[in-house]
Amino acid sequence: MLLSLAQSALPIGISGIEKRFGGVSVLHDLGLDVEAGEFLTLLGPSGSGKTTLLMILAGFVRANAGSIKVGGEEIITMPPHKRNIGMVFQNYALFPHMNVFHNIAFPLKQRRVSLAETAERVERALDLVQLKGLGERRVDQLSGGQRQRVALARAIVFEPRIVLMDEPLSALDKSLREHMQIELRNLHRRLGMTTVYVTHDQREAITMSDRIAVMNAGRIEQIDQPEVLYARPQTKFVAGFIGESNFISVESRNGSVWYEDRKLRMTTAAPSAGRHLMVVRPEKLRLINGEQTGDVNALPATVGDVIYQGDSFVCYATLKDGRQVTLRDYCRSDVLAKLPAPGEPITLGIDAQDVVLVADQ
Amino acid sequence: MSIASLDHARRPDRALNADALNADARREARGLLALLSPGLFLVFAVIIVPIGWLFWLSLFDESGQLSAANYARFFEQASYIKTFLTTFKVAFFVTGACVLFGYPLAYMLSQLPRRAAGICLIFVILPFWTSVLVRTYAWLVILQRKGLVNTWLIDLGVISQPLPLANNFAGVVIGMTHIMLPFLVLPLYASMKTIDVDCLRAGMNLGASPSATFRQIFFPLSLPGLASGVVIVFVLCLGFFVTPALMGGGKVIMWAMRMEQTTSLYSNWGAGAALGVVLLGVTLALLGLFQWLLGARATGVWSQR
Repeated sequence: MLLSLAQSALPIGISGIEKRFGGVSVLHDLGLDVEAGEFLTLLGPSGSGKTTLLMILAGFVRANAGSIKVGGEEIITMPPHKRNIGMVFQNYALFPHMNVFHNIAFPLKQRRVSLAETAERVERALDLVQLKGLGERRVDQLSGGQRQRVALARAIVFEPRIVLMDEPLSALDKSLREHMQIELRNLHRRLGMTTVYVTHDQREAITMSDRIAVMNAGRIEQIDQPEVLYARPQTKFVAGFIGESNFISVESRNGSVWYEDRKLRMTTAAPSAGRHLMVVRPEKLRLINGEQTGDVNALPATVGDVIYQGDSFVCYATLKDGRQVTLRDYCRSDVLAKLPAPGEPITLGIDAQDVVLVADQ
Repeated sequence: MSIASLDHARRPDRALNADALNADARREARGLLALLSPGLFLVFAVIIVPIGWLFWLSLFDESGQLSAANYARFFEQASYIKTFLTTFKVAFFVTGACVLFGYPLAYMLSQLPRRAAGICLIFVILPFWTSVLVRTYAWLVILQRKGLVNTWLIDLGVISQPLPLANNFAGVVIGMTHIMLPFLVLPLYASMKTIDVDCLRAGMNLGASPSATFRQIFFPLSLPGLASGVVIVFVLCLGFFVTPALMGGGKVIMWAMRMEQTTSLYSNWGAGAALGVVLLGVTLALLGLFQWLLGARATGVWSQR
């Protein structure tokens, strides 16, 4: 049956990838395993090497060293047209001299698929991306979202082993982008193809991915499910790149962790002795009365400013050591009733289970 | 107050400030026309008037009588028809040679890194800075009976008799191809540069081998640039004078040479003017034809970027 990629989805094993442009090293000994049928996102700032890695996967850029195995088969030296990998380009890269039908039929034509079968498969692919009946349109008669769908249909119509996507939604406006995120995710669930998706938009990555690999300066900093990545970042970079974070300097000594003269309550073991940073998400902080109780850590602070944002409010406060922290909460009426005023001393509470420490570097 | 404003809305002639705004628009249009007038005057003085005069001249025969004799010659005299055919033959061969050499050259330039392409482009443009006359004489030196090419070939024992490369049709085509090449390469290079690298990558990604990607994607996308280069070269060839006059050895008579003969040798201005008018008409017709062809394709599946 057409477009049931679940059976044919293959795992990708990437190891030891090195890439230098001129004398500049872009990827260092990079390793990554993508499971069959997984939606994996490479997330990182520009220059982190995520697009270079995707280009190496597609075969457009030659690595200096390393191995890429698709379902156990080495493809690192295979030319791009033999790799059988579908790709959606950032600017769609639709062929401007062909109509929608011929764009989608292009990979089938290369594979010498019969005309009758081509017509049938293109029709089904168009149906899949909700562009039924637009086959005769010229590419320049399509809107951005429609071009996006054509590019997607073209990348999956030949049932590739793997689909790569290079920031495919970055050219769309915000509401369409959010709509397409959901649509892409649903399509992936239906077809089950192994997908490697590149983006610099952390919200997009969290919305769509099974797992996210956060890249920085040519290395993978952390690879985890979105929830784990958000709740338990392992490095300062990951904590800072995904979501908002407050960093509070703490010290580990004698098997426990101290903030100034207070011993922190936490659910994980204390790290090696020395200075560390406590990562606190703005929504994990809350206003509490009085001293710490049970499993809650209390941090005394002074209110700097309170900003009302409709659904939520943001409170900027200064800790005793002079560090600025941000607190965010929804505007429920009980919270609104006791909003602090600027200059007022308050106590910030953070649950023991929400204490996350990363190395201070 | 509200009744008064409704009243205004119902009657456009008394709409709020309409007269003042219209006057303002007219004033602006007059100002723009004033700014344009030097350009319009120049076009009128150096294009419209001379061409009109040329056309007027072509309507009189040698005795100063109004007649169509100058145009009748095109159908009656075999030498005119022959010149007409020779001109098209030369233009056709030169354009063909330019495409043959120019396409691979432009393709190479478009694939080179920016800096290397810049240096190579200088070599393409360099001949522009040398006089056509100098270049044509240089070709004569190289191609004549005892020129460089024939001397070498005879010394190497490849041929025993010198090849007839100059003072004939072949000489004209070689010399003109050299001069016309940049006119094809530059627009072609510019259009190849606009072809999205990702389109070629997409082609390979979707299973087309490099040569299939070239045939099915790169070549069709370079066609608009090729077409404009071909039009420029072909039209320039039709009116070309210096190179055929020098390289043709009097055997290849092209349109412009015939014009020169008629006016300076026979002092028949009417006949010369008629030649000019016909050449202009043919050129415009060709441009129109190309425009129509490109336009027809652009509204089909094949769209211009």
